[in-house]
Amino acid sequence: MTTLQSDYQLSQLDQLEAESIHIFREVASEFEKPVLMFSGGKDSIVMLRLAEKAFFPAKIPFPIMQIDNGQDFDEVAETRDRWVRRLGVKLIVASIDDAIARGIVVDDGKTSRNRLQTPTLINAIEENGFTAAFGGGRRDEEKARAKERVYSHRDEFGQWDPKMQRPELWSLYNGRIHPGEHMRIFPISNWTELDIWDYIGREGIEIPEIYFSHKRRVFERDGMLLSETPLNPTREGEVVEERVVRFRTCGDITLTGCVESTASTIEEIIEEVAIAKVTERGATRGDDRFSEAAMEDRKKEGYF
Amino acid sequence: MGTQMDLLRFATAGSVDDGKSTLIGRLLLDSKSIFEDQLEAVESTSQSRGYDYTDLALLTDGLRSEREQGITIDVAYRYFATPNRKFIIADTPGHVQYTRNMVTGASTADLGLVLVDARQGLTEQSRRHAVILSLLRVPHLVLAVNKMDLVDFDEDVFERIQKEFSSFATKLNIPDLEIIPISALQGDNVVTRSENMDWYKGPTLMHHLEHVHVASDRDLHTSRFPVQYVVRPKSDDFHDYRGYAGQLAGGVLKPGDEVIVLPSGMTSTVASIDLFDNEITQAFPPMSVTVRLEDDIDVSRGDMIARVNNAPKPSQDIDAMVCWMTNEPLRPRQKLAIKHTTRTGRALVKDIQYRLDINTLHRDQETKELGVNEIGRVQLRTTVPLLCDPYSKNRTTGSFILIDEATGVTVGAGMINDAD
Repeated sequence: MTTLQSDYQLSQLDQLEAESIHIFREVASEFEKPVLMFSGGKDSIVMLRLAEKAFFPAKIPFPIMQIDNGQDFDEVAETRDRWVRRLGVKLIVASIDDAIARGIVVDDGKTSRNRLQTPTLINAIEENGFTAAFGGGRRDEEKARAKERVYSHRDEFGQWDPKMQRPELWSLYNGRIHPGEHMRIFPISNWTELDIWDYIGREGIEIPEIYFSHKRRVFERDGMLLSETPLNPTREGEVVEERVVRFRTCGDITLTGCVESTASTIEEIIEEVAIAKVTERGATRGDDRFSEAAMEDRKKEGYF
Repeated sequence: MGTQMDLLRFATAGSVDDGKSTLIGRLLLDSKSIFEDQLEAVESTSQSRGYDYTDLALLTDGLRSEREQGITIDVAYRYFATPNRKFIIADTPGHVQYTRNMVTGASTADLGLVLVDARQGLTEQSRRHAVILSLLRVPHLVLAVNKMDLVDFDEDVFERIQKEFSSFATKLNIPDLEIIPISALQGDNVVTRSENMDWYKGPTLMHHLEHVHVASDRDLHTSRFPVQYVVRPKSDDFHDYRGYAGQLAGGVLKPGDEVIVLPSGMTSTVASIDLFDNEITQAFPPMSVTVRLEDDIDVSRGDMIARVNNAPKPSQDIDAMVCWMTNEPLRPRQKLAIKHTTRTGRALVKDIQYRLDINTLHRDQETKELGVNEIGRVQLRTTVPLLCDPYSKNRTTGSFILIDEATGVTVGAGMINDAD
């Protein structure tokens, strides 16, 4: 048997874990059809680990769903498949290519894949009849997220109305919804980027290789380092060169920037994150740069 | 790294111009929790608006309409850490939907931080902040007397406010009070000790936040384990496994403890306490664990596991302080849904005994309804018995929410009263 702290004090990481597990169990108890949204990034992998712990030794009692934007990193899919096999969960893949083929979304050649994610996601939630969708959003990521509840109510269009949020008191979550509506659930709201890395280190959690330092052919655009890929042709004046980099977030390969880094172990990443001067989104997410309220606007439309 | 840090949750309260955003900005800035890209964004917005200073409030106003109107609409959560402790700030807005937002922020706080403007002294609002924090049983309170730079760092001004507040606080339930003179704008006594106020011998605000002792605030004597979820793998490896998952709400639970399951009243013994794939020797709040019992008795979500000689009494008649949170008033005979720990049912409002004037603490027995942002003493009759404790004993088993059954919206927050 393991003895925990004898002074009845939990470390902050244990407190965060306990709170997240409580949220997972609450949703599994009260919602008819939950699903865990999985992007393959570090946050959704930590979410899988927390869900695994919440229901152990039983299997996770809901499927996981990935919105495949057709432009993901290969390493992400590989890690995803290993996790799915190990946990024995059902994986649903809703693909943007498929949504385009079925006419659910329109690819006008100008809209980013990231924006096409939202209608694809809402459609997949609707088609599968999901009443609750877990997301790995953290409040420290972005100022609009800092305002969002753990249970984030979405109307029948999947929209978020920041002014109509329900007060959230104690740990008493209110999951009431009307037919056609659903709830987005954010069990790791209170975790920071550093907490995520501390936890990955502590638990020995397997994450995609792209988070670790590696050589990659990259070019600079709008102050970000983007990967050379046929999906994202370079423009005039952009020079491709090999650099030693790693990623702080996982997303669309055409929009997700990497940072120059030699951190090749979790410990080195933690050191690097602890002294980082730029937020992970500021450093690496092209999709947040469209306007000051880019995230808020996308969330109102139904983005997670 | 960080894994051994502990956690302090605190709620801030202050009127519009008390400098709350500046203070939060300063705490984040001085603990190096603001990133360059965030600061640049705030600087460029400040410039484009023609300000001749960097408006740190822009850091904390996350929504478009907040930035447009220059007001804070809703509770926001902020995070920062020092080498020893991680902090979660529930930043509650100072006006409009004031009480309900403060109640929301205070419900999970270990500490409440109230700001007053040294030039104004105690206002009606500062008293109201303190009353709400006291009603919500936030165990630690800090009164930060801000803008000391604007009163020439005068000790007499501080003394006067300190005396006045201390005498007011004796009417409230505030186990731990600290009063600190600061200047959020100039940084005096926020993180670094002020040279302008050598007469002040107490801690800086940050030092106090880092060292205030919160581990003993939880009740470790009265075991309360609301059953949240029944774990039944039915797999080959765990064919007979039957575990009751939940988060400890009070007390310490150990294997071998004799327990009673409520409301059925069946007794058994704790066979093991599982934390993922570990069997642990004890569980205490706020751990999320899975409990197995020696006997195969019927236990389901909404039940409560407690020690045999110290169990809550199931009751359908609830006497509580309720904070009402919606425009349509609360009236007698109204029916609502109620959620208490993992138990849900319906509740009928039998009586509204009085409305509490949170400025004067006067009990108004004439008005038989509660408007938005009002707090009053309410008698409820519930369809299911609640397994509750007084809120003064346990903030988890003593609290509930009320839900409008038609809209699904959370309309009330309740705190169960001590038996008279």
